[in-house]
Amino acid sequence: MSMLLAICNLGRILTREGREMAEIKLRGLRKSYGGHEVIRGVDIDIADGEFCVFVGPSGCGKSTLLRMVAGLEDITDGTLEIGGQRVNEAQPRDRGVAMVFQNYAIFPHMSVRENMAFGLTIAHASKAEKAAKVQRAAEILQMEHLLDRRPSQLSGGQRQRVAIGRAITRNPGVFLFDEPLSNLDAALRMDMRMEIGKLHKQLGTTMIYVTHDQVEAMTLADKIIVLRDGQVMQAGAPMELYQNPVNRFVAGFLGAPSMNFLDVEIVAADNETAKVARPSMDPIVVPTRGRRFVPGARAVLGLRPQHISACAPDQGVLHGQVTLTERLGSETVVDLVMQDGKNVIAAFGEDKEFERGQRVDLIFAPEQAHLFEEES
Amino acid sequence: MRSSLTSANREGWAFALPGIVLIFAFIITPFILAFGFSLTNQRLISPNPTRYVGLENYQQMLGLAFVTLDAKQDPNGKVATDPSGHPEFPPLRTITRNADTPQYRGMQEWFRWETGTQAHLVIARDVVFWKALVNTCLFVLIVAPVQAGLALGLALLINQKLRGITLFRTIYFMPVVVSIVVVSLLWRFIYDGHDGLLNNMLAGLSFGHFHPVDWLGNPHTALGSIMVMSIWQAVGFHMVIWLSGLQTISPTLYEAAAIEGSSSWQTFRYVTWPGLRHTAVLVLIVITMQSFALFSQIDVMTKGGPLDSTQTLVFQAVQRGYGLQDIAGGSTISVILFVIVLSISLLQRWLTRER
Repeated sequence: MSMLLAICNLGRILTREGREMAEIKLRGLRKSYGGHEVIRGVDIDIADGEFCVFVGPSGCGKSTLLRMVAGLEDITDGTLEIGGQRVNEAQPRDRGVAMVFQNYAIFPHMSVRENMAFGLTIAHASKAEKAAKVQRAAEILQMEHLLDRRPSQLSGGQRQRVAIGRAITRNPGVFLFDEPLSNLDAALRMDMRMEIGKLHKQLGTTMIYVTHDQVEAMTLADKIIVLRDGQVMQAGAPMELYQNPVNRFVAGFLGAPSMNFLDVEIVAADNETAKVARPSMDPIVVPTRGRRFVPGARAVLGLRPQHISACAPDQGVLHGQVTLTERLGSETVVDLVMQDGKNVIAAFGEDKEFERGQRVDLIFAPEQAHLFEEES
Repeated sequence: MRSSLTSANREGWAFALPGIVLIFAFIITPFILAFGFSLTNQRLISPNPTRYVGLENYQQMLGLAFVTLDAKQDPNGKVATDPSGHPEFPPLRTITRNADTPQYRGMQEWFRWETGTQAHLVIARDVVFWKALVNTCLFVLIVAPVQAGLALGLALLINQKLRGITLFRTIYFMPVVVSIVVVSLLWRFIYDGHDGLLNNMLAGLSFGHFHPVDWLGNPHTALGSIMVMSIWQAVGFHMVIWLSGLQTISPTLYEAAAIEGSSSWQTFRYVTWPGLRHTAVLVLIVITMQSFALFSQIDVMTKGGPLDSTQTLVFQAVQRGYGLQDIAGGSTISVILFVIVLSISLLQRWLTRER
């Protein structure tokens, strides 16, 4: 019986080419420098094979959190588990992780081949094993023709590919990406983003990816963790966060252009809806999504630019004058100023022409609006 | 045709002028003069006119010969021995003052070794020069690697992020800012044979079992003592050069190595050392040149003695040129030193070239 259990366990552990299962648990993780706390109690669960993106503005602690998982930063308090083992004090090499850095961190004096085989060289692997693993990684990344070059002969995108290749050859349980695309130009960034997405599908390994770019987060992630000031604001699937942000910060961070926020007054409220108004907007009934509001209180109405549309003159609920138009071909982004001086951005899903100063009347579907408590 | 270097850059040349004048006055002109003097019999002050002598100075300086002496035999053909049973050899002057061997005239013994009833002698026209040359090379061969290695070790130590690390940096660098003359004077007290700090310390550490050594007065320890002091004095300077090299290595390379599972030694071998390549070339060339120029320590501490055990090329050049008023001899040594240092620098550059 125990034999059977052991075999089952072995089968579970040795899935996918002998790689260890690597679900990751962060429990009450804290980090402080001197007296200054930069990670303030973070709880995250990442399932084996999941692509998890830490996203947030600069200084929110996302890179620090990743480096704590990697073992490059000490953990002040809390527990970090990888594959069911507590690894708080484990050396980076004992955590079964591979990391890709923003500035590539490839060794300038080694050829691409030597760079990719570095982890194996360190572990005194045989020549044949090195050659086979480097070959496989190069095939995955379609860079067999670059293997004998020096890093100085490579473009930025190719260098990042080498760094990813070095991670692949180690066959780690977890891939860690620290803003890997930030040093690349816009076109290359999109290509590499898709490649990383494909890589995850192909390898099926747990990946943690840090970025400040919400587009990367939305497109790549199985799960997004939005961080702010060292705390998790919200964790969940990209669309869940997009459609049901728990607070104004998450709502404003995800989606481009970002959500409009209008200060409103609660005119009336019941369990599911609230009627809100502001001087430049006609009263309207919007869903409260479980939040409680009392009449007379102040609140913030969140409207995604994409959910606002133009309507016939003298109808609609918002009225503004055009100050700036950005025509993108498939989309037209208009910056409007309302009578009380508040700016609203609307994104129309078609190409439209507006004059500067033109009066535009806008409506939006109330069920797509978000109502947040006013922040203290 | 006027190139842009000469015509369009008047201000640049004006700024460079003071430097050019100084370099010409104190480096290029003296060098050309030294080369010229080395081909004459120029003296510092002399009533006789200077005469062109060709390569005579070089022949005099570099003249070496190898001779073998047979042990003395008594009339019966038996090898004569001294009271301790050691074979007796005829004096060298039987060769150097022999009319049959005029080529050895005036030469002196540099060193000898014996095999049975034969003594093999290396004789030189200028034994002091050869001793100086060997001492200088020995000094370079020992000081360059040891000083560079120690400096790298210190640089690695002080490159860590520790509380109060600047204090250590200051301490290690301090001997560099003190004049070598002052350092030499202080170390003369340390090395003193009667009541020196070193002897006292060693006696204390060995509970009185250590017999005091006159470090600078003993031909076996004098050069070694000067090496130790010289290494200590300039190690801080090279430490700073290494440190600047270390700090150009990106910290993320170390992080990448740590994640890949690299041990401290592997990190040094695969990340640190390759990143220090250019620094290493610089440090080695600078130390080599400085070591060949060994002078002040000798002048202050031993004046070349005891028994010429600390003679060096530069000390000899100065002593001959000004002490013995033999400008031609001093110049000849300078030119020989120049050729040696130039060859070594070119060799080092070739060995450490980009491949």
